[in-house]
Amino acid sequence: MQLRPSAFTAPHPRARRAATTVARLALLVLLVAGLYSAPTRTAVLPEDEVDYSTSQYVGGGQVIDGKTWLLRKSIGDKVSVEYSHLTDVVSGASIDVMLYASPYVEQRTQDSLNLEYLSGKTTYSVGFTHSYEPDYRSNTANFSISEDMFGDLTTVTMSFRRTWNDVYKMECAMHSASGECEDKIHDPDFGEKTMDERSYAVGLTQILTRNSILSVNDEIITDMGWLSNPYRDIIYLDPTSGRGFSTGPETDPSTRTSNAIGGDYKYYLPYRAAIDAQYRYYFDTWGIHASTAQLGYTQPWRKWIFDVTGRYYTQTHASFYNNAFAYADEQNFESRNRELSTYHSHSVGAGATYEFKIPHVSWIQKSTANIRYDRIWIDYEDFNDALLVNTGNGITIENAPLYSVDLRIYQFFISLWF
Amino acid sequence: MKRIVIRSLAALLVAVPALAGLPQGPAPSFSLPSRAGGTVSLAQFRGQVVMINFWASWCGPCRQEMPLLDDIYKHYSKLGFSLIGVNVEPDSKSAEQWLKQTPVSFPILFDTQSVVSKLYGVPGMPTSVFIDRKGNVRLIHQSYRPGDENEYLNEIRALVRE
Amino acid sequence: MRPLRVCCALVLAASAVALAGCSSMQPWVKPYEREHLADTIMSFDREPVASMFTDHVYEVRNAARGATGAAGGGCGCN
Repeated sequence: MQLRPSAFTAPHPRARRAATTVARLALLVLLVAGLYSAPTRTAVLPEDEVDYSTSQYVGGGQVIDGKTWLLRKSIGDKVSVEYSHLTDVVSGASIDVMLYASPYVEQRTQDSLNLEYLSGKTTYSVGFTHSYEPDYRSNTANFSISEDMFGDLTTVTMSFRRTWNDVYKMECAMHSASGECEDKIHDPDFGEKTMDERSYAVGLTQILTRNSILSVNDEIITDMGWLSNPYRDIIYLDPTSGRGFSTGPETDPSTRTSNAIGGDYKYYLPYRAAIDAQYRYYFDTWGIHASTAQLGYTQPWRKWIFDVTGRYYTQTHASFYNNAFAYADEQNFESRNRELSTYHSHSVGAGATYEFKIPHVSWIQKSTANIRYDRIWIDYEDFNDALLVNTGNGITIENAPLYSVDLRIYQFFISLWF
Repeated sequence: MKRIVIRSLAALLVAVPALAGLPQGPAPSFSLPSRAGGTVSLAQFRGQVVMINFWASWCGPCRQEMPLLDDIYKHYSKLGFSLIGVNVEPDSKSAEQWLKQTPVSFPILFDTQSVVSKLYGVPGMPTSVFIDRKGNVRLIHQSYRPGDENEYLNEIRALVRE
Repeated sequence: MRPLRVCCALVLAASAVALAGCSSMQPWVKPYEREHLADTIMSFDREPVASMFTDHVYEVRNAARGATGAAGGGCGCN
C-alpha cells in the first residue's frame, strides 16, 4: 500500500491537444514509412522463456517481499504471448504511517497479459494488467506499434496506455486485546474514489555504429481524479498543541500532466564489455522538475556476466508542498507527501548472471541464475523527521533534522529459455 | 498550405523505392578459406546447382535453419546440388564453437573480411542465393521463417531438372 | 491555418520527402556487421524481471515517471 505512486496534477487543455497532434503526426509518419519496407523482410519475435524471481525491499521501516513468475511463448511465427504474476507482501510502517497509525501487513497481487503480433517490419503489442491490494485496485490497458526502418538501423515506437484506478481507505473494525488490528475494512466515510491515467509515448532507437546504439524516448502522462493519498496528512503549526503542530488532510489538485524526455546510449568495448549511459529530464504541472542520470558497466567473464550501475536523481518540490504550513488551510492545495518534496538521491547497484546447463533436458536451450543488489539513499531537503520533534528539547517541526532513507533491494531469479 | 501537404504526399506515393543492387545475371566469383582446410572457390561448382547461405552464429533464424539445410544438402547432393555456408563473422571462434555442437556436412567458408558479403550485397541475415548450373543467380531469399525450407526445395528441384 | 499547424504540416511534408529519399539509402552498418549489437550484453533490458521490480520502486519513491522504455537494436536478422 505504501508503494503506491503519488497522485498528479491537471492536464492543461493545450498540452493535451499538443500531445494528440504529435501522436497523430508520428502515427502518420510511421504508416507512410511502413509502405517502403521490403515485404519479404520481417522483424523477430522475442524468445520463449520462463522466469521466476524473488525480491526483497528493505528500508524506511518497511520490508516488502515480492515473488514474480513470467512466461513468454510464441505461437506460430507471428504471435508471442507473455503472462506474468506478481505478489508483494508489505510489512512494517514507513515514517508517514508511524506518525499517524501503526505497522501493518498487506499483500498486493498483479497479473499481466501481453500479446505481440509481427507483420513484416512492424510489431503490434497489446496488453492488460490488473493489480489488486485491499485499498487499491488498478486496471491498465496498453497498446504500442514498433517499426524497423532504414535497413533495420532505426526503430520507431509509439505507445498508448490507459489506467483506471479505484482507491479506498482501510480502517480498523476490530482491535485485539493487545491493540493490534484484527479486522480491516474499507472506511465507509471515505468510500471509493477513482483516478484515471493516460500515457502517450514516442521512442526512437538508432544504431549509430557497429559498436553503439542510442535510444530517445518522450512520454506525456496525464492524471485525473482523486490524486491524493488517503493516509498522508499535512502538518501545520499549532502553538496550542503539545508537539507544536497539528495534522490535517492532504488535498492535491485533481489533475496532473507530466512530460519526461530521456536518452539511453550503449557502447560496445572491444574486449567484450558494454557501457550504458542514461539521462532523463522531467517536469510537470505540479511544478516538479527532476533529473535522472545513470551509468552502467557490463563485463562478461566465462559463464558469468557482471554489471554495476550508479544513479543520481534530484527533484524539486511540488508548488503546493510544504514541510509545515503556517496554519490550517493556508493554501487551496496542500501536501506533505515526501515524494513531492525537494531531494536528491544516489544509488548503486550490482548484479551477476551465471549461465548453466541442465543435463538430460535438451528442450531448454539456455538457463541462467541471477542475483542483483541495489542500494538507494534518499536525502530529503525540505522534509523533516517529525518523529524527532521534542518541544521540551527545543526540537520543533521546523528545525527537526531532515529525513533520509537508506533502501536495500535484494533480488534472485532464474531464467530458462526454450 | 493544404496544397503543399497534398502535393508532397502525392510525390511520396509516386516515388518508387529502388531495392539495393543485388546481383542479377552471372554470380560474382570468389574464393574463401574453408573450415575443412584449404581454399574453396565458386568456380569449382560450375555445372552444379549451388545454394550459398550467408549466416552468423549470433543470428537466431540462421541457427534455426542450419539443421534443415543439412537435410536438404544430404538429400540433393547426389543430383548435382551443392550447398555452401558462408559465415560472415570477423572472428570465427563463436562459429567454430557452435558448429562443434551442431555439426553440418556441407562446406563452411569463412568470410572474415566481409569481401563476399559486400560482393553479394547481403541485405539481411540469413540470405540464401540460388545459382543455376550455368553460374547465373536465379533467386535471392532473404530471412528465414519456419516453412521457408519448402521454398528452397521448390527452387532446388526446378534448377536441378534443368 | 495557425502557425503551429503550418509548422507541423511542413515537418510532416519534409519528413515524408526525406523518407522517400532514405528508402534507397544504404544502411551504414551492414547486417553482417551487427555481431556486437546482437550480443546479449548490448541489449537495453537484459533482465526484465529484475528491472520491473527496481523500476517500480523508483516510480513510487520518485516523483518523476515515464520515458524509460527502449526497443530495437539486436541482431537485425531477417
